Amino acid sequence: MIAVPYLTALTTYFSYGLLFVFGQIRDLFRKIPGCCRSTNLQGYAPICFGNEDFYTRRLYLRIQDCFERPISSAPDAWFDVVERYSNDNNKTLKRTTKITKCLNLGSYNYLGFAASDEYCTPRVIESLKKFSPSNCSARADGGTTTLHNELEKSIANFIRKPAAIVFGMGYVTNSAILPVLIGKGGLIISDSLNHNSIVNGARGSGATIRVFLHNTPSHLEEVLREQIVEGQPRTHRPWKKIIVIVEGIYSMEGELCKLPEIIAISKKYKAYTYLDEAHSIGAVGKTGRGVCELLGVDPADVDILMGTFTKSFGSCGGYIAGSQELIQYLKYTCPAHLYATSISPPAAEQIISAIKVILGEDGSTRGAKKLAQIRENSNFFRSELQKMGFEVLGDHDSPVMPIMLYNPAKIPAFSRGCLEQNVAVVTVAFPATPLLLARARICISASHSKEDLIKGLEVISQVGDLVGIKYFPAEPNKPQLDEKTVKLD
Amino acid sequence: MASAAMDMVKTTLDWVTLAFDAPFARADVFGVRIGGHLFVEGLLLVVIFFLLSQKSYKPPKRPLTKKEIDELCDEWVPESLIPPITEEMQCEAPVLESAAGPHAVINGKEVVNFASANYLGLMRHEKLLESCTSALEKYGVGSCGPRGFYGTIDVHLDCEARIAKFLGTPDSILYSYGLSTMFSAIPAFCKKGDIVVVDEGVHWGIQNGLHLSRSTIVYFKHNDMESLRNTLEKVTQENKRAKKLRRYIVVEAVYQNSGQIAPLDEIIRLKEKYWFRVLLDESNSIGVLGSSGRGLTEHYRVPIEKIDIVTAAMGHALATEGGFCTGSARVIDHQRLSSSGYVFSASLPPYLASAAITAIDVLEENPDLITKLRKNITILCKGLLDLRGLEIVSDPQSPIVFLRLKKSTGSLKNDIQLLEDIAARVLKEDSVFVVTSKRSTLDKCHLPAGIRFIGVDSWRLNVAGYNALVAAAVMSLAECTHVRSTGLLALHSCHAQANNTPWCPQIVLSNALQYPDLRIYDMLSSTYAIPLSHD
Repeated sequence: MIAVPYLTALTTYFSYGLLFVFGQIRDLFRKIPGCCRSTNLQGYAPICFGNEDFYTRRLYLRIQDCFERPISSAPDAWFDVVERYSNDNNKTLKRTTKITKCLNLGSYNYLGFAASDEYCTPRVIESLKKFSPSNCSARADGGTTTLHNELEKSIANFIRKPAAIVFGMGYVTNSAILPVLIGKGGLIISDSLNHNSIVNGARGSGATIRVFLHNTPSHLEEVLREQIVEGQPRTHRPWKKIIVIVEGIYSMEGELCKLPEIIAISKKYKAYTYLDEAHSIGAVGKTGRGVCELLGVDPADVDILMGTFTKSFGSCGGYIAGSQELIQYLKYTCPAHLYATSISPPAAEQIISAIKVILGEDGSTRGAKKLAQIRENSNFFRSELQKMGFEVLGDHDSPVMPIMLYNPAKIPAFSRGCLEQNVAVVTVAFPATPLLLARARICISASHSKEDLIKGLEVISQVGDLVGIKYFPAEPNKPQLDEKTVKLD
Repeated sequence: MASAAMDMVKTTLDWVTLAFDAPFARADVFGVRIGGHLFVEGLLLVVIFFLLSQKSYKPPKRPLTKKEIDELCDEWVPESLIPPITEEMQCEAPVLESAAGPHAVINGKEVVNFASANYLGLMRHEKLLESCTSALEKYGVGSCGPRGFYGTIDVHLDCEARIAKFLGTPDSILYSYGLSTMFSAIPAFCKKGDIVVVDEGVHWGIQNGLHLSRSTIVYFKHNDMESLRNTLEKVTQENKRAKKLRRYIVVEAVYQNSGQIAPLDEIIRLKEKYWFRVLLDESNSIGVLGSSGRGLTEHYRVPIEKIDIVTAAMGHALATEGGFCTGSARVIDHQRLSSSGYVFSASLPPYLASAAITAIDVLEENPDLITKLRKNITILCKGLLDLRGLEIVSDPQSPIVFLRLKKSTGSLKNDIQLLEDIAARVLKEDSVFVVTSKRSTLDKCHLPAGIRFIGVDSWRLNVAGYNALVAAAVMSLAECTHVRSTGLLALHSCHAQANNTPWCPQIVLSNALQYPDLRIYDMLSSTYAIPLSHD
């Protein structure tokens, strides 16, 4: 749990209060008829009533230029950010033709497969010529090719599970699988900070949902005991089944899940476990096999393993890995398998090739180098940031590191300040995070070199001083120690 | 003794009477005399207050002890995660060994592919492959981030502008997956308490979106405008406060589950009469209907501004993946922050976005693709018109030709099983690949199942060739249905020989064998070989 300093909390509340008051005053002017044009159709109820889009209109639009920045190159370690300008106070942004080369600290490119790769790209282009960009039909109809079967075998092998099934989008994987596995009369216990796709899937299933405190196995045990004893709401019949859903790395906290304890508790109470490894597959673990490998958990102990290919494999899509029977059942009834277009064949080939590189089956040691590089980069970056006095969240070895900002005014200040110095960072605020806890999130990649990281650290330190986010005292600079760390490389 | 008691009673009574008659017992309230019963009433009030102040009896709470909770937890037995695997769950889909173009290779054999929704035949088009290759070399495969965090690549913005320009709308928004387009767009607009009137034959994506939106859902009969009118009337009558609620009608242009086309002009008339917004899913009609492929609105000559929200999956005519939504600027801007499939998911891979741009360019340059598609659909429909046991239920202009069993076996599951047997046999013996409609256990659609023939505009077949292939399909289908529906056995040998070149198969049909104790099925007994050539 993050302990917010009192002064910071006070100033943050004050800032939001001020923004709220100003927003309401402006809304008052809007209500005066004839004062401004209405964009709603006459005679129909408006798309958003009164305060539904208050946050969008009055808070988000002010800092809209910090989000949705377009790029015009591959999202590699350095990329080209397109400049935009606005004539109407950030309400609409227009593209220019000017581009700036920036250091990319925001894209999910953990193993560096984002750009053209020497092993993967020729194979992808070959498969494009053979199979065409899309199959135009669902897997169950005419969309299964030999490539899809190979991909499923390959990923099942990589995860060390008997079988796997692949879908074209990670979000849809969660939303379409949970309703199939559990329905009314079942119970889903999910971590309080789970991703929106899991929440949507859980809601779509019709099961009862209970939440346990983030990453707290003792609270999970409490909730399980209470729920098993109470049974279904109102009728108190025993639950049909219980599924516990956790994530490998939480994308807004950078923390690893306390997997061994959670698995032990779930086994004790006979609940099924569902692990969402969107950010951790390929990025952590000695051979890149995710949190199971890192924390020493046998994949056979987790009932359903889910993950996405967007982050570490530089492609798109999601997978579910489990027992043979589970995958067969899912192929029979999952709507995403029966109705949705199958994953694009070139994307499938990219994943197969990326897995081969990671496992070293392409005949080189690039995979092992990439894995070692990302681990080294993450640990170096995190320790340096902490030395400078920033408040950095996340565990050791995790490539995701959020830096706390808190005040709403610091969000655009930090983002724009870094962009001026050619470093692209991602800032996140309400509603993706709690109101008080706005942050900037850094994602490290294996394709960042040491010089890139040092430049990034310099710029962040400078902007951090200007904006005032070094909440902890900085460790005294010992010049000879710095030299030593550089020499060891 | 008695007299003493009597005296005591008399004294008590006197004392009581005195108390009642005492001055304080009498009161003059607003000119009304109150007697001595004030004392009794005062006593009564004291008793009432005493009773009220007593706590009601509650049985004492005894929380469960740790041991009891442990016992309950040990006794509880969950169901298994999945139901036991039955035989039908074990069938696998056919595996293609080549691209899913008009001719595909399954199990080493070349088949005619009526299963991919490649309506305009753009799948192996050179321009598409070229633009994809250059995009792959420039941008890599994935976009590595959601749209809000450096996942917006200039091709995405170009694609959105291109789609908006093609359809004539102010703006459009791109989604990274066809299925997620509808189930993210609907919850962004339909909130709790809103009223949504929807056709009962819509596909699962729309059903899931409606379920997630938690609004009031009212179904009307599949493609029945009378039913729609009655439903709208009823809904408007019931909700007097309806002026403040948002109301939507959700329909598909060409229904995936039945191949019928929604009569848009009628829907617009009803919408304007009852003040509803229309959400139209044009997945199967973009690039197909209308003289230049602009969809249902062009087909019915309705200005596209009248439709509030148009969504479409690009995995059909445009031969790429992903989906888009288009409409007024207000509608699109709203989705950029409140549509969960857009905000919380990685963006479309850039090579697929550039494929979409190229597909639209090709479509605009060659409008004759659409006329060819229509010609092929007409041939297909004519050939499949009088099959025994199967009937066409789709619209004659729809690119999905939907065949349904004339007489259902009674249960949906058996129907599907029968149709799958037919499709499997047609694939094995005559190399024609068709698909049956699939139903997930989560799907609430109750329309009958059928076989789908997807009309393909293939620029590699000429009309004669197409005719022949259709004839082959027709014969094999007719034979299968005759066999099943009359329960007779008829052995038939019909084999197809494939040539080596990928687009010149020969189909050789031979006579049926006669068996003395079986009824003979009259077939066309011609033996002919048709080489098929480039157009």
